[in-house]
Amino acid sequence: MSKKSPSPKKADDAGYNARTAHINAKLGHDELIALYRDMVRIRRFEERCLRSYQAGKIGGFLHLYIGQESVAIGCVSVMGDDDHIITAYRDHGHGLAVGMGMNEMMAEMYGKYTGCSKGKGGSMHFFDPSRNFWGGHGIVGGQVPLGTGLAYALKYQGRKGACLTFMGDGAVNQGAVHESYNLAALMSLPVVFIVENNGYSMGTSQERSSAGPSLAQRAEGYGMNWDIIENGYDVLEVRDKVDRALKLARDKHLPSVLEIRTYRYRGHSVADPDTTYRHKDEIETYKATKDPLMFCQTALLAEKVLTDEIIAKIDESARAEAENSAQFAEASPFPTVDDLQKDVYWEADNPADRKSQGTLFFN
Amino acid sequence: MPVITYREALRHAMAEELDRDPNVVIMGEEVAQFNGAYKITEGLLAKYGPKRIVDTPISEAGFIGMGLGASMLGMRPVMELMFFSFYSVAFDQIFNNAANVRYMSGGLINCPIVLRGPANGGTNVGATHSHTPESIAAYHPGIKVVVPSTPADAKGLLKSAIRDNDPVMFLENTLLYGESGEVPDGDVLIPLGLAKVMREGTDISIIGHGRAIQMALKSADLLKEKHNINAEVIDLRSIRPLDEETILASVRKTNRVLYVEESKPFCSVGAMVACLIQEKAFDYLDAPVMRVNSVDSPAIYSMPVEKLQLPTVERIYQSALNVLK
Ligand SMILES: Cc1ncc(C[n+]2csc(CCOP(=O)(O)OP(=O)(O)O)c2C)c(N)n1
Ligand SMILES: [Mg+2]
Repeated sequence: MSKKSPSPKKADDAGYNARTAHINAKLGHDELIALYRDMVRIRRFEERCLRSYQAGKIGGFLHLYIGQESVAIGCVSVMGDDDHIITAYRDHGHGLAVGMGMNEMMAEMYGKYTGCSKGKGGSMHFFDPSRNFWGGHGIVGGQVPLGTGLAYALKYQGRKGACLTFMGDGAVNQGAVHESYNLAALMSLPVVFIVENNGYSMGTSQERSSAGPSLAQRAEGYGMNWDIIENGYDVLEVRDKVDRALKLARDKHLPSVLEIRTYRYRGHSVADPDTTYRHKDEIETYKATKDPLMFCQTALLAEKVLTDEIIAKIDESARAEAENSAQFAEASPFPTVDDLQKDVYWEADNPADRKSQGTLFFN
Repeated sequence: MPVITYREALRHAMAEELDRDPNVVIMGEEVAQFNGAYKITEGLLAKYGPKRIVDTPISEAGFIGMGLGASMLGMRPVMELMFFSFYSVAFDQIFNNAANVRYMSGGLINCPIVLRGPANGGTNVGATHSHTPESIAAYHPGIKVVVPSTPADAKGLLKSAIRDNDPVMFLENTLLYGESGEVPDGDVLIPLGLAKVMREGTDISIIGHGRAIQMALKSADLLKEKHNINAEVIDLRSIRPLDEETILASVRKTNRVLYVEESKPFCSVGAMVACLIQEKAFDYLDAPVMRVNSVDSPAIYSMPVEKLQLPTVERIYQSALNVLK
């Protein structure tokens, strides 16, 4: 089963231009606008989530993706129908990117039965296997072996496609991540590990948590290819490099690690006052110079793909969609106590096909 | 009926399921080229090749998580833990992921994975290698737990576990691997959640699971020989789901219960069963439910003392007499 990977290498960046890269050069106006629109939808949706959280409608944690939109949209936009995706708890962007509806996501956060997991998962645990989206995982690094296993199954079953396995910069120090790297390289699995390096794991900066020259370069220890997407705010650069890694994974069963440099604007979760570990200036400077939405907007305005009118329309419709989702969530019923013991065991949910006997629940 | 060992029974179960379903793979440390640390998988690599019988690095969190991810896409990985004790290294994958993914996805995903391996003491390998985690496993809704004590059960239950659509922890015993017994040939399944009355009796119910059942049978012989006491012995075989009916029917008949198991006493399966009995059959009891467990300390290495730390025929025999006093 094992197959030797070629010597690890970082992609060569000399004279790089994301816009003219093969995967992007052919993009038509509509596709470019869609990339922009999808990023706007994430931001407006999350701004609406924040209001609902502040109003006490959303419980627990709310980990906002604002500032990182180009990563999920860029990555998912180059996925094919056979590709799969799994991520951590900061999962709203990925959910929208794969095509989940705002309604089911907002309702999930409200703890409603109409939510994507019937109110059983919450904001950190979105799933949509019908769209090859395997969650939504709350334990830092815990999803990485699962993503490796999805890739294992794709290869074993002779299916096409690869698995994009996301993690944060804080996850790279978990043993399960290194075990997964080793397994993926050893078994030549069609997986792309994506490290969304937003600079912080909660209040700990990346420099204060990870040794070594870069997070992606750790791939070398496992003989995997790696690359760093310095301008993670540029959805086109994300697309290009992820597309290349996906092709290696799909076509040659070569796994790789991509570190995407990005930034989160809000606190770790909405409960984080965000005052102890970074300066406001840092956030403001990033927003002013590298905001993924603004960067894309400016470029597309210059190309005359976007107009002020289209921008306003996109914004308006994203706001309305988000507002409607909050109303949908508000109007939806909560699950009931009777739902507590559903969706625990497949067998309990499928009594006609049950083969085992005896008691499964003890009260 | 053919007489084979518990080890062979496990191997036959896996081979038959490998033949039956191309999504079944056997994975674990040393399962392929080495032929299995305890030779359970001996010969399987030669027969099924490296795609179906997969050696993994020593990476329990990684490979169990990987098997789990593969199960979400419809594979049925049978993961061998060289010692079940090493489950703790993969605790997060088992109890956060395997147990919860179905729930947190609102029922959209299920994980048909089996984790199997020996979970027992008594082999002088010290505390790190002698864990008996059945109650810890069964504590988690979403997980099923099976503990076979005979070759026939080992085969029939493993086949059921592999076909089960929920994650199953399948706890074996190195001291039983070489034990022989009659095992029906071919596709005979034993459903999870069905206890077995190993010996019928009227005076006391000795209920338990795992290798302690083999001792209980010998204790029951002694009780008969020396005191003409007719003990009923019931092997639960499956911890979750649990066959409450068989337990309660026996209690209603004998009115006295002794639970025997190798686990430590705190929050053990026996503690749970005792609780169920007093809730559901209190009026039938003529004496408190008593238990025989391992002595409550980490597993000792010292050979003669380890034997005494575990349940013994003598201790079960004496405890039964106490219940009957
Ligand atoms: C195993 C584990 N330890 C700690 C936590 C608490 N925690 C949740 S998120 C987080 C920071 C993770 O940061 P990173 O991986 O960079 O992701 P980001 O939040 O930046 O998206 C911590 C410490 C957890 N959920 N799981
Ligand atoms: Mg981070």
